[in-house]
Amino acid sequence: MSEMRRITYREAVREALREALSRDERVFLMGEDVGAYGGAYACSLGLLEEFGPERIRNTPLAESGFVGAGIGAAMNGMRPIVEIMTINFSLLALDQIVNNAATIRHMSGGQFSVPLVIRMATGAGRQLAAQHSHSFECWFAHIPGIRVVAPALVADARGMLPAALADPDPVVIMEHATLYNVEGEVPADGELAVDLDRAAIRREGTDATIVTYSANVMKALAAAEALAGEAIDCEVIDLRSLRPIDDATILASVRKTHRAVVVDEGWRSVGIAAEISARIQEQAFFDLDAPVERVCSVEVPIPYPSHLEQAAIPQPETIAAAVRRTLRR
Amino acid sequence: MSTAQERVHLSHEHALRLLREMLRIRRFEEKAAELYSAGKIRGFLHLYIGEEANAVGVMQALTEEDAVVATYREHGHALARGLPMGEVMAEMFGKVNGSSRGRGGSMHIFSAPRRFYGGNAIVGGGLPLAVGLALADRMLGRSCVTACFFGEGAAAEGEFHEAMNLAALWRLPVLFVCENNFYAMGTALAESESNLDIAAHAGVYGVPAEVVDGMDVVAVEAAARRAAHAVRQGEGPRFLEARTYRFRAHSMFDPDLYRDKAEVEAWKERGPILKFHDWALGSGLIHESGVEALEKEIAREVEAAVAFAEGGAWEPVEDLTRYVSTGDEAAA
Repeated sequence: MSEMRRITYREAVREALREALSRDERVFLMGEDVGAYGGAYACSLGLLEEFGPERIRNTPLAESGFVGAGIGAAMNGMRPIVEIMTINFSLLALDQIVNNAATIRHMSGGQFSVPLVIRMATGAGRQLAAQHSHSFECWFAHIPGIRVVAPALVADARGMLPAALADPDPVVIMEHATLYNVEGEVPADGELAVDLDRAAIRREGTDATIVTYSANVMKALAAAEALAGEAIDCEVIDLRSLRPIDDATILASVRKTHRAVVVDEGWRSVGIAAEISARIQEQAFFDLDAPVERVCSVEVPIPYPSHLEQAAIPQPETIAAAVRRTLRR
Repeated sequence: MSTAQERVHLSHEHALRLLREMLRIRRFEEKAAELYSAGKIRGFLHLYIGEEANAVGVMQALTEEDAVVATYREHGHALARGLPMGEVMAEMFGKVNGSSRGRGGSMHIFSAPRRFYGGNAIVGGGLPLAVGLALADRMLGRSCVTACFFGEGAAAEGEFHEAMNLAALWRLPVLFVCENNFYAMGTALAESESNLDIAAHAGVYGVPAEVVDGMDVVAVEAAARRAAHAVRQGEGPRFLEARTYRFRAHSMFDPDLYRDKAEVEAWKERGPILKFHDWALGSGLIHESGVEALEKEIAREVEAAVAFAEGGAWEPVEDLTRYVSTGDEAAA
């Protein structure tokens, strides 16, 4: 193993951007306030000075326009990285993402690819209320023709961008807004690009499997630590990729533990947790010793006051309670 | 770069070429309507009949290196851009020898070798795409023009305004061509726009705009050459509003209840093929025998296109999930 170094999630994203821009002349970053402001979450701070306004391209507030421009540029020889300030604003660009980026390869009979990377911040936890805090990951994960990944660890924040740029098709990277200040380890040298296809086991265990992604990986690990004190040994799976979903890793774990809890910051109804739960029950029904549990956001627009916001989203305590239910404890 | 020059040179050959290209579209679509009734073509079929002068006129101003973005009413643009007629017909049949392997149908004709970027069936959806194509051309140091066709209905969409602003702000080489046929499906322009002057919509973004008679192929060509020349010179985007009319209903499902029959007939009297044919004959640029020969040649081409489509294979159902992601092209 090479040596590791500690950086923040934000630094990891910035470092990945800088590396991509340095390695490939076709790469450029485009989005609202990515230039002098440095990005709403400061991911591109300093890059304007380094790479200039052609490649660190500030856009007007026109999500559909600049995402569509990213698609056109990608179809015509460039490797654009489009930053959408938050997933909530991505709804204004859904037409371009769903009707163009995801379909053009198929509609053209394979003649045109769209090698576009879209990054967006997602999630609750910063008291930003109901138009800046939602988790619409499942909407994107529903669409054939795009890949959706969600880095939870700093190493993935660093390594998923180069991997996404190497993909010839559209990739959406969901960065949880509460993670940007979190520190973690990345390899000190060597190739940092990671495999986008596979889920990862973040904690091994034998009694129950917690399946989650993004910021909830940390909450699941906290729940697992608490449960260890009760002699309950949890396995924690970080999905990493929301489309495609790595069934094999989930099923292998559930066949070992016989219990599953799916944690998702999206709402419970018709979401990613519902999808994972269905897959487990379709493919590992007779391995289960308890119904699959879901821990999701409460069916309410995310409220502003901290106590209500925290009550609306999954917490280590609610995750631990769900694990206990699968064990009838 | 002779086709990209600023002025129209209306030789005998060029006049015949304009007439041929418009007639190819007309006869192709008349056959398509017939084949629709026969059940060979399904889904939506949006005919361009009456509007042929626009695609044919604008294409004269483009080179092979230029890019084209079109709408769901794009048979004419595809043919005028040089896609083989057989491949376009086979696409409408849904056959594997179609221009998009049958995956797109009438509304989604694409061609990589001809830089024909679809066939977009979301009104306004192609404009941001055109901005991006032009942005890439400029960043890669190519002196290409992206011609982006859309109807006047698109002017009410946010994407129209976002794209117009981006293209003007970044001075991108886009030639916007608004084919104003005065009806967005069944909604008359006056019912959907507070300002009926579509060219003025471009003007507010500082995009120089010109209104042209979309029933006059020579006028369209001349305006397109001027605009394309300016775009190619690096002067930023240009906007053409071609005032035109579709003689048929919006699609094959449309009973056309919202237009006055007399209005339709009046426009037909100004039909682009009729008008150019009579004018060119009268001025001695072409001769009746030449037109007869053209009609025969085109009838053979249409017949061959139908045979090509009929002879095409259906894609095996086993291949259903191909062409979604790169790498899945190989048969399952």
